Amino acid sequence: MAPPVPTASLSVTELACRRGGRRVFDGLSFSVTGGELLALTGRNGSGKTTLLRALASLGRAESGTIAWAGADIAWLGHLDGLKGDLTVAENIDVAERLRGVVPDKTRLEAALASFDLTALAARPVRTLSAGQRRRTALARVASSRANAWLLDEPLNALDAPAQAALRAVLATHLASGGLAIAATHAALEIAGARVLELGARDARGELGA
Amino acid sequence: MTAFTALFLRDLRLVLRRPGDVVVVLAFFVVATTLFPLGIGPEQNLLARIAGGVLWAAALFAALLSLERLFASDYEDGALDLLLLAPGALELAALAKCAAHWIVTGLPLALLAPLLGVTFGLDGKSLAAVALTLLVGTPTLSLIGGLAAALTLGARRSGALLALLALPLCVPTLIFGTGAIEAVATGEGFTVHIAILAALALMALATLPWAMAAALRQAGE
Amino acid sequence: MATLHFLANPARFRRFAQRVLPALSIATALAVAVGLYWALVIAPPDYQQGETVRIMFIHVPAATVAMGGYVLLAVLGASLLVWRHPLAALMARATAPVGATFTAVGLITGSLWGRPMWGTYWVWDARLTSFLLLFFLFLGHIALSRAYDDPDRGDRAASILALVGAINVPVIKFSVDWWNTLHQPASIMRLGGPTIDPTILYPLLWMMLTFALLFVLLVLLRTDTEIDRRRLEAAEMAA
Repeated sequence: MAPPVPTASLSVTELACRRGGRRVFDGLSFSVTGGELLALTGRNGSGKTTLLRALASLGRAESGTIAWAGADIAWLGHLDGLKGDLTVAENIDVAERLRGVVPDKTRLEAALASFDLTALAARPVRTLSAGQRRRTALARVASSRANAWLLDEPLNALDAPAQAALRAVLATHLASGGLAIAATHAALEIAGARVLELGARDARGELGA
Repeated sequence: MTAFTALFLRDLRLVLRRPGDVVVVLAFFVVATTLFPLGIGPEQNLLARIAGGVLWAAALFAALLSLERLFASDYEDGALDLLLLAPGALELAALAKCAAHWIVTGLPLALLAPLLGVTFGLDGKSLAAVALTLLVGTPTLSLIGGLAAALTLGARRSGALLALLALPLCVPTLIFGTGAIEAVATGEGFTVHIAILAALALMALATLPWAMAAALRQAGE
Repeated sequence: MATLHFLANPARFRRFAQRVLPALSIATALAVAVGLYWALVIAPPDYQQGETVRIMFIHVPAATVAMGGYVLLAVLGASLLVWRHPLAALMARATAPVGATFTAVGLITGSLWGRPMWGTYWVWDARLTSFLLLFFLFLGHIALSRAYDDPDRGDRAASILALVGAINVPVIKFSVDWWNTLHQPASIMRLGGPTIDPTILYPLLWMMLTFALLFVLLVLLRTDTEIDRRRLEAAEMAA
């Protein structure tokens, strides 16, 4: 049994971000802690990706604060972040090494199995379909020991079995104390998920059940 | 294995899986160099005098050809985000990529150039000078080109823009590289030139990884 | 409301510019008139070069101010990257083309002066080469800042370039000391004081001042235009 990971927590205060010269949201305040899933919803262009990138420190916020505590972040962006000429297994392995972590073979194999990728482990990623690549990227996140997952449209390109696999993996992650923030169009259908809807212009984030 | 080594080996592995990319660059080097004797004529004295300059200029253009893809593929497939998020220094990551680029571009060019130098009628000492100056000078080209590549990620006309930015910055290296080869040919010592080439390489090493990291962060925003 | 933050400093700049520009324009025009008359008519011809020495009164100030312009570009770049000063980006966009022009004037006048003085229009010595590099650095800055759909991205990339290229300025300045160049060594800014005769030194210094004023005037005017351009773009996006 793996040792428990430290719990991450996030506290966001009065966050405002611009994209392409216009402000996408401001006055955003919320907090997330271990075991919680926060779903970011809203129309296209409402700033879900911008918010997620700002939380990951990939993008810059215009004002406000983002305070992480004890967080080891795993990122799933709009793009898969996979190298086409490497195999599925190699991609996940090198991704862990780039985080400065020695990859754990059992975790890797378990993650591949959860997303039904065991048979594809030795295939170069460029030969896979979009859905298979997305599953590989998700397996990368799942096999890491990160306690904070930031996922941008994780359900994209996934068929029904894959979506079920994602929900199962998410549930396990949350149960072991990890937190997850996911920007999504489609419903994640996970019990207890909080929803933050980003509106069009000056969105003031209201947390709903 | 540190993150630096992991990234370095990853990039090498990626190149090895597509050896054609490297072969194209080296082939360009050979073709471009051969154009000069064909265009200028076979007069041995003249060829020997321009050999250093031709080899260096062709090596520079060949290195530039491959630089456009240095960060572009990571930018396009989203792997750059993962590099930006990695806990280690981004400067080291940039350096790891430039090092991998040098191994598959600068180093082969430095080894190939003396072979081509023979066709220009260079003597043994000059050939050695060609190889040595390129060995010492091409790392600087990889670093400068890496900076130009990072600055032009996602820009319009990035190929031409990369050349516009990189070539002027590479001029000092070019001047001292060819100067060293000339110095050997005229019998003067070339230690000063090599020393300056090495100094330029060290200066590039000490400053450009930070500039590259800054540029990569801008690209991620 | 989103544009208010943007306007904070540029608005202050615009008020400053509106106060200063009329006086500055008149001062510059006067300085040019006085300087040209002094340099072209009053100052004596050189005992060796004759009348062609008068090109120096354009060449040296243009080249000096061009180098100063690059230093300004580097400072603006640092100010943009470190403090995210919105005005720095706009002023940098204004400065680069002016700097490139002054560098081109320096290159052309230097070339024209070189022919009668040293018998050649160009030579690849350290100073001329590094000064030509300055021209390319300006061009690179202009191209890079405008190569992106997102102007902020272009401004920041160009700032990094400006800082990296700053090493070239001391190289230009000291190249005539470090190497045997065809270009003559420093005659003004050197230990031991200037070596030029006062009847030529003073009009030269006046022309340096004139070119500096001209540079500042052009940069202020262009920055004003860049503010308008950025406002227009912001308005188009919000519409």
